[in-house]
Amino acid sequence: MGWIRNIILGVVAATCWGLPGLANELGDADKGAELFDECAACHSVGQGAENGVGPHLNGLFGRRAAEVDGFNYSAGLTRMGNDGLIWDFDLLDRYVENPKAFASDTRMAYGGLKDAAQRADLLAFLRRYSDDPANIPEAAPTAPGTDHSVDPTILAIQGDPEYGEYLSSECVSCHQLDGDYDGIPPIIGWPVDDFVVAMHAYKDKFRPHPVMQMMAGRLSNDEIAALAVYFKQVGQ
Amino acid sequence: MNLNRRLFMGGAAAAATLAAPMVHGATNGKPKVVVIGGGAGGATAARYIAKDSKGEINVTLVEPSRSYYTCFFSNLYMAGFRELGSIAHSYGTLASDFGVNVVHDWAVGIDREARTVTLAGGATLPYDRLILSPGIDFVDGAVQGWDVTHQNAMPHAFKAGSQSELLKAQIEAMPEGGTFAMVAPPNPFRCPPGPYERISMVAHILKDKNPTAKIIIADPKDKFSKMALFQEGWADNYPGMIDWIGADFGGGNVSVDPDAMTVTIDGEETKVDVCNVIPAMKAGRICELAGITDGNWAPVNPHTMQARMDENIHVLGDASQQGDMPKSAFAANSQAKVAAMAVRAALTGSKLFPAKFTNTCWSLIDTDNGVKVGASYEATDEKIAKVDGFISQTGEDDALRKATYEESIGWYAGITADMFG
Ligand SMILES: Cc1cc2nc3c(=O)[nH]c(=O)nc-3n(C[C@H](O)[C@H](O)[C@H](O)COP(=O)(O)OP(=O)(O)OC[C@H]3O[C@@H](n4cnc5c(N)ncnc54)[C@H](O)[C@@H]3O)c2cc1C
Ligand code: HEC
Ligand code: HEC
Repeated sequence: MGWIRNIILGVVAATCWGLPGLANELGDADKGAELFDECAACHSVGQGAENGVGPHLNGLFGRRAAEVDGFNYSAGLTRMGNDGLIWDFDLLDRYVENPKAFASDTRMAYGGLKDAAQRADLLAFLRRYSDDPANIPEAAPTAPGTDHSVDPTILAIQGDPEYGEYLSSECVSCHQLDGDYDGIPPIIGWPVDDFVVAMHAYKDKFRPHPVMQMMAGRLSNDEIAALAVYFKQVGQ
Repeated sequence: MNLNRRLFMGGAAAAATLAAPMVHGATNGKPKVVVIGGGAGGATAARYIAKDSKGEINVTLVEPSRSYYTCFFSNLYMAGFRELGSIAHSYGTLASDFGVNVVHDWAVGIDREARTVTLAGGATLPYDRLILSPGIDFVDGAVQGWDVTHQNAMPHAFKAGSQSELLKAQIEAMPEGGTFAMVAPPNPFRCPPGPYERISMVAHILKDKNPTAKIIIADPKDKFSKMALFQEGWADNYPGMIDWIGADFGGGNVSVDPDAMTVTIDGEETKVDVCNVIPAMKAGRICELAGITDGNWAPVNPHTMQARMDENIHVLGDASQQGDMPKSAFAANSQAKVAAMAVRAALTGSKLFPAKFTNTCWSLIDTDNGVKVGASYEATDEKIAKVDGFISQTGEDDALRKATYEESIGWYAGITADMFG
């Protein structure tokens, strides 16, 4: 249910949202300035901002993921940047909501800001430090105030590990079963929910990798659940 | 719900396979599977059947070589990105960890009535199911002036190992400003981007060691796999070095003289220093001997990879004629898993799931400059049909190309582990 609703809202929002000038409807930037306290321990933004625990956040909208020179990013976020992920409202909203669901190995040790309205405020604030008018790329933004988490009924599906084992034979031409990382990330032993969330991130095409979008795109929810259970067991 | 429906449908499609052969299996002890060819298709099939049947099926793998040199990454070996040893694999783990009976010999005959395979060494192997994954052989007389006895003067290097070493040595020994020629094959052939990745790697060597050398390609086709990507890459990285002569310019009208080391393209003779002849291909000869080919290839049932002409034989990889999949190691590996499942279901009654196939082919254009093309497929009654696909784009930036190359290294590690354990 969640997914379908998101997509519909996304389309509506995109059509009535064209002009950058109107984008203040995004949220309340002044409230967002206060919320930035959540982030300030690790990030700075504005004049003279430098990298700290996290990268500086100037020019964030329209910036490629993991692009700040001299900052040591996680492999996952780096791969996404290489694959062409450009930060826009929708992607930032998803990342800030649940960083780990977005990039499984992210180095951002922050649990996520669950309140959608607060995220909209915060992003309106960060947007002040991005170039205008290129600050909101054309990639269709989702309506502010959307919950991006995978529908609980999908997470609740009990996967069939035997079916998962069969399906996994498609995956292990690339992902090594012993968990070695030679250029393609290991996927064994993950918590089931994390695995499901990651697969849906490809299926939903906001993780940019074309191979994985194709692989996940043809898997049903049951199949993803089956794979998650199987790969979890392999890691034990 | 969804799951059940799919299982049911898969089961129905394959019901014919499931019923009869159980009987053979039960006759004299464990059912027997013989696999001919220990390459991308055969090694994978042997391993999956042995692993998943947990000792219930007796698996024999017949392969003449003790070391299998992968064609995939053999171009990278030529250009110095890999050691030869790193593309060689042996069958020890298949025997020790999976209980596959590995026989190093050639299969020279198949008696489909008696269901036996004869080996060059004289032995006869009975089977309940036979899997053929012998790769390719060359079509006789495909390139005027060339036959396999000329493969030292003019190597094909489309079976890896000593041929790859030879071609590499010849390229490195080219005189300054010399000429490298390739005679490219007509469709269908193993690894559609393979000849063009090879050209890229030859250019990579020459740019460094012999920058005034020239490369000419006589091609009977008017387009080829990842053409825009290769042409962009050649113009950017090897400007002025590569001359591709396609069908429209007489690239298909070629003869060679291995003694004089000349190539004649559309009536124009050129003296060359190295000539890489990649002739037209057909299924490995054993398929013909088995009498399961139609023309150059062995047609198969897409749901199970069973030969259309004999349901006790499954044909995998390059030798099979299946529909939309390219002839690649990735494809052979993917088909092997479908066949392994079908064979187990037929012989032990294990569950049969609907067939699914995937392919991705990476190619290296220059250092850290990788591109890829891939697709997913499903089985229809008529053919293996493409469902969805993707391809690298021209103009991609360096970071993405590097990431793509790194991914291919991950894939190589993954697929070889999946083949050989
Ligand atoms: C230069 C080059 C680059 C390539 N790059 C890629 C790539 O990047 N990615 C990719 O996916 N694919 C690539 N390929 C294609 C890939 O190598 C083949 O498609 C793949 O090996 C096919 O697998 P197969 O099992 O059909 O045959 P093979 O892997 O060739 O295996 C056949 C085996 O059967 C054995 N055999 C043959 N006849 C008999 C007999 N009578 N008795 C017993 N044994 C026999 C042979 O010794 C051989 O070991 C490349 C190929 C080339 C030439
Ligand atoms: C505990 C430290 C920490 C906190 C708190 C934190 N971050 Fe981060 N952040 C990081 C690190 C580390 C990275 C690099 C992530 C990686 O490499 O995967 C990062 C990355 C990011 C990025 C990606 C930047 C890029 O260059 O691609 C954004 C956007 C971001 N953080 C926003 C926020 C926001 C907004 C908040 C507050 C709601 C926040 N972060 C809170 C540490 C933190
Ligand atoms: C053709 C090679 C290939 C195949 C086949 C493949 N993957 Fe992937 N997978 C990749 C690559 C490359 C990545 C890294 C993608 C990225 O950067 O987002 C990846 C990423 C992933 C991730 C996220 C890993 C992380 O650290 O965030 C998961 C989960 C995953 N794959 C699961 C699967 C499953 C399940 C299958 C089989 C249905 C599969 N993959 C098949 C290449 C492949």
